[in-house]
Amino acid sequence: MINSLFLINPSGEMFLEKHWKSVVSRSVCDYFLEAKEKALEPEDVPPVIHTPHHYLISIYRDKLFFLSVIQTEVPPLFVIEFLHRVAEMIQDYFGECSETVVKDHMVMVYELLEEMLDNGFPLATESNVLKEMIRPPTILRSVVNTLTGTSNVGDTLLTGQLSTIPWRRAGVRYTNNEAYFDVVEEIDAILDQSGTTVFAEIQGVVEACVKLSGMPDLTLSFMNPRLLDDVSFHPCVRYKLWESERVLSFIPPDGNFTLMTYHVNAQNLVAIPVYVKQSISFFECGSDGRLDVTVGPKQTMGKTVEGVMVTVHLPKTILSINLTATQGSYTYDNGTKLLVWDIGKLNPQKLPNLRGSLSLQAGAPKPEENPSLNIDLKIQQLAISGLKVNRLDMFGEKYKPFKGVKYITKAGKFQVRT
Amino acid sequence: MTDSKYFTTTKKGEIFELKAELNSDKKEKKKEAVKKVIASMTVGKDVSALFPDVVNCMQTDNLELKKLVYLYLMNYAKSQPDMAIMAVNTFVKDCEDANPLIRALAVRTMGCIRVDKITEYLCEPLRKCLKDEDPYVRKTAAVCVAKLHDINAQLVEDQGFLDTLKDLISDSNPMVVANAVAALSEIAESHPNSNLLDLNPQSINKLLTALNECTEWGQIFILDCLANYTPRDDRESQSICERVTPRLSHANSAVVLSAVKVLMKFMEMLPKDLDYYSTLLKKLAPPLVTLLSAEPELQYVALRNINLIVQKRPEILKHEMKVFFVKYNDPIYVKLEKLDIMIRLASQANIAQVLAELKEYATEVDVDFVRKAVRAIGRCAIKVEQSAERCVSTLLDLIQTKVNYVVQEAIVVIKDIFRKYPNKYESVIATLCENLDSLDEPEARAAMIWIVGEYAERIDNADELLESFLEGFHDESTQVQLQLLTAIVKLFLKKPTETQELVQQVLSLATQDSDNPDLRDRGYIYWRLLSTDPVAAKEVVLAEKPLISEETDLIEPTLLEELICHIGTLASVYHKPPSAFVEGSRGVMHKRLPARTGSGESTESPDVGTAAGGSAPEAAPSIIPSQGDLLGDLLNLDMAPPTTSGPPPPTTGMQMGGMDLLGGGLDSLMGDESEPLGGDIGGSPAMGAGFGAAPAVMPASLNAPVGGGLGDLFDLGGVGMPMGAYIPPKIVWLPAMKAKGLEISGTFARRAGVIQMELILTNKAMSVMTDFAIQFNRNSFGLAPAGPLQVLTPLGPNQTIEVSLPLSTVGPVMKMDPLNNLQVAVKNNIDVFYFSCQYPISMLFVEDGKMERQVFLATWKDIPNDNESQFQIKDCHLNSDAASSKLQGSNIFTIAKRTVEGQDMLYMSIKLSNGIWVLAELRVQAGNPNYTISLKCRAPEVSQCVFQCYEAVLKN
Repeated sequence: MINSLFLINPSGEMFLEKHWKSVVSRSVCDYFLEAKEKALEPEDVPPVIHTPHHYLISIYRDKLFFLSVIQTEVPPLFVIEFLHRVAEMIQDYFGECSETVVKDHMVMVYELLEEMLDNGFPLATESNVLKEMIRPPTILRSVVNTLTGTSNVGDTLLTGQLSTIPWRRAGVRYTNNEAYFDVVEEIDAILDQSGTTVFAEIQGVVEACVKLSGMPDLTLSFMNPRLLDDVSFHPCVRYKLWESERVLSFIPPDGNFTLMTYHVNAQNLVAIPVYVKQSISFFECGSDGRLDVTVGPKQTMGKTVEGVMVTVHLPKTILSINLTATQGSYTYDNGTKLLVWDIGKLNPQKLPNLRGSLSLQAGAPKPEENPSLNIDLKIQQLAISGLKVNRLDMFGEKYKPFKGVKYITKAGKFQVRT
Repeated sequence: MTDSKYFTTTKKGEIFELKAELNSDKKEKKKEAVKKVIASMTVGKDVSALFPDVVNCMQTDNLELKKLVYLYLMNYAKSQPDMAIMAVNTFVKDCEDANPLIRALAVRTMGCIRVDKITEYLCEPLRKCLKDEDPYVRKTAAVCVAKLHDINAQLVEDQGFLDTLKDLISDSNPMVVANAVAALSEIAESHPNSNLLDLNPQSINKLLTALNECTEWGQIFILDCLANYTPRDDRESQSICERVTPRLSHANSAVVLSAVKVLMKFMEMLPKDLDYYSTLLKKLAPPLVTLLSAEPELQYVALRNINLIVQKRPEILKHEMKVFFVKYNDPIYVKLEKLDIMIRLASQANIAQVLAELKEYATEVDVDFVRKAVRAIGRCAIKVEQSAERCVSTLLDLIQTKVNYVVQEAIVVIKDIFRKYPNKYESVIATLCENLDSLDEPEARAAMIWIVGEYAERIDNADELLESFLEGFHDESTQVQLQLLTAIVKLFLKKPTETQELVQQVLSLATQDSDNPDLRDRGYIYWRLLSTDPVAAKEVVLAEKPLISEETDLIEPTLLEELICHIGTLASVYHKPPSAFVEGSRGVMHKRLPARTGSGESTESPDVGTAAGGSAPEAAPSIIPSQGDLLGDLLNLDMAPPTTSGPPPPTTGMQMGGMDLLGGGLDSLMGDESEPLGGDIGGSPAMGAGFGAAPAVMPASLNAPVGGGLGDLFDLGGVGMPMGAYIPPKIVWLPAMKAKGLEISGTFARRAGVIQMELILTNKAMSVMTDFAIQFNRNSFGLAPAGPLQVLTPLGPNQTIEVSLPLSTVGPVMKMDPLNNLQVAVKNNIDVFYFSCQYPISMLFVEDGKMERQVFLATWKDIPNDNESQFQIKDCHLNSDAASSKLQGSNIFTIAKRTVEGQDMLYMSIKLSNGIWVLAELRVQAGNPNYTISLKCRAPEVSQCVFQCYEAVLKN
């Protein structure tokens, strides 16, 4: 199973190591650092590296490398999933996942890692359970701790770990009982030069924030569950009931969790909320080019498209750009050649446009590649797939909870080719 | 209040300061000190000197402090074993604590202290904890057994912990079950032959129940363990599949992939016509697609596995092409994998889309990716015949961009396209030649040179082009040098008059000025060939090449089956069997897919037989043999027409005629030139004596040992001793009354590679017969007597003589009807008599007719379906193995055997003496005396004759 974990910052410094079996020398990371040197971007480092005696499986998240060392045949997905859990745990406990935060809470991170794995086998990875064992830091608590000398480590036996619902702790009490669900949909799409959809799909996720006392048993039903044929559930969801009745029946974990992710990829079901008219051209001779981009609303179901942002990786040979935007503002980083145009709200009456000239470095040939545009956008109160929650029922407890559902559509990997 | 303050101390006396604090009376100060120590430890500082002071803090009621001390102990106990003993008592005491959390913590920490002396003390507490009333303690203890096993395997076995662990598989708590399975799996890895995880239907049932209730990680362990089980029949298999399917909707991708593994494996046992089978197929696609929307690292592993799945069962994802389209911000390793799968899924239906995408990719920024995209276009052309034209024009468009690396990649793939579709797209050569100067990569240069050499007769200035490469011969890479040598020799054979100087130049460069042994060898081989037997040289160098096919880059089926059993593991990421790379490999434990529905005997297919023996067939299949044309050329020797092994046939006028068909006017041309060439060779120092003798031997000896050797190597294990070739009984060919008293009966046989006509001549006339001679008319396979008819003594009245006449296959050819008809003229002192007879085509089956499996697959796909003919062989009572060994006696070679639904499918190859290959698929159903045979051959006319042979051989 998982032998060791190293946390490595982008400059290649190992700032935390944890061994669950025998200690593995840090020199094993040299193979990884070598691969990192070869890769153009940190994202491009291959996730599985074979060294003479070990396998290095790594992920790159929040500008940090999480590198695990294994010695036996272990499912790599298992390791990668676990590493993402570690990153999420840090995020969950300390509000962000960064080198500074880890260094600030070194001992607690170390304690948490100890609880997450035993001999390389996962032990407690549910945030509910972990938080019961090791309480997350709060300013108030650290003050209290210093004054009273009590510790962050709980010393009760974790009932949750023993029951058949390990994700929920017992004895939860709230004065305000509430359950909120966010239906978040991201559109992944590739549009070609002419604006035709080459590929489009919707990645949906139902995020829940449930603060209910006792052992509530919830049932969530949809108006149009037939949309969902490709779903992944949180372990709490009773799969049989979904198969037979298409409802989500579950005893929720306490707090925030992802209830379900789903995937809609039938081409005709995916509405594309914006269109983009663009031309980026370079003149055959001379060192000049033009850029002209217009964004307009398309299938928005009557909602406003907000937070529109266009990102372009311009060719490396660009020397400078001179553009004017009719709406919003643009920033350009000459080091990374990254052009970001922040538009904001789309107004169908007056379409935003960005145009101007690009100049190339003297003597540079016409760029060979076609830069592609990445679009960001947001639509409130709309799930673009048309998914709608019908109702939420609660059994098992007597109080009346406050319930709410929110919809939001965003752009995922939304790319326009030029 | 952050931990960063623990790192601020940089003073020299840091350790002393900590020591003082650890021994402080104040609890709070102690804890802070331990924290500082741990913090130093996590960043790799050595704080082992504080060991005794930290251990002293262990006796505490404060749980956090206790845990911190435990953390320290685990790290440093190994370096301070004597001191660590001090901690033992506390552990033993804690194992008896009333709080199960403390008991579990103690047993867990104790297992992590890798000190022999401590493990001895661990045994008793561990035994108690394994039977603890609290499941949390039991599950922790289960993992502890694995830890202990890692430290001292013998101890674990002696203490009987393994059996206790096995009992825990039936525990009532699902988490205990999952941990027990995980621990056993880990232990089993170091004991390849142990039956630790012997599963029976009862334990399977327990596992399946636990599967629904344990944590996601536990589900992974259980699913991986289930995958090792072989169900008894298809019903059990189906019921397991049904209970595993819900895992496909799990949020954890590792659970999903492990479930996919179980399903892919057990599906193999389900009858294909079952409704459930197709339902299951449909259910597999969505979860695989979902994996692709996860984080890139997960995508990568998923894609590597999907690559295997689409090779095994392309139907699952055939409609999901679009999810593999590359996104601009995918990491490069994801892009490259996606591209690979796109090609695997490319078909006539979606090729337009695929090509449009690939063209798009070819303009991206990343050079590696662009190259692979260009290469992919070539692979599409080879895979989807209908698209070849569009692919070629797309490639030409890309060449027009003049982007250097794009042009070079395009030329490399166009070479492959030429090899797949000869004489179709050669019009583009001119465009290629325009870019000659920009090629700076060896592979592209080699490809271009190959093209120039191969099509020298169509390129007016081929000699100039090649000459330009020759100038910098020594600076080229070996690949280019070899290619240049071959190309110039080809050019010379095609245009001998103008290029004599060039060929001499390259031969001397290769043999005298180079120190590369491959290059020298190839140079000498060509030199000898050219100087001694230009006709043979032509046959060797310009022989027709086998067509390439896309199958060449598929994973070899046996390996694929094994990898399918390892879905989700490192093996599936590396596409290598675990035995090939896992450290301290657990013996050779190859996993196999189970056989379809209960036909007990067929679990071991010959695939297994060949692969289990050695690792040779598992080597990664090479893609199109782009390099090493030498090998290609040499192997082509087999394809060259005549050369039967055996005594070299005497040079008769008739035979020369046969050669002339190929040699054309070359002989006369070469007549003058062989002289100076020969002279040169004599002068070259490396040429030993006995050189003159060598070439004469070469054609025969090259053929025979290669064929024989291959045959031996590849002989199937269980086939048994090959029996002799089938010889039909003698029949009367020429009755006495038609031939003035001479009766001839006879048959044909193939003995030790020589075809013989066995005749019985009977004199039924009153007078003595003398002066026998025999002659054949032209016939379909060029049969001709290889010597005179040996009837030395006169044949008296009522006398009988048996003669056998060796035959060669180099006589003049004329297609006969029926194909195997032979018209014979026999002369004696009385008259000339004519008769015709039919020979069994099996005597033309040569000994080296065993095709390599890869080649067979490729050829089978390559021959159009129109050329396939099917026959029934009735009333044959042999089983498939007996049939196969019987057929082998007549040079019909079984290449593979597959068992599907109780039906054995034998795949066989035959090579005729004139180089025609016949591929056969023989289906034998147990208990059914009627066999079905399908024959595929580029010359479909022979099928009927071949079928007759099968019938004759199998029934005798």
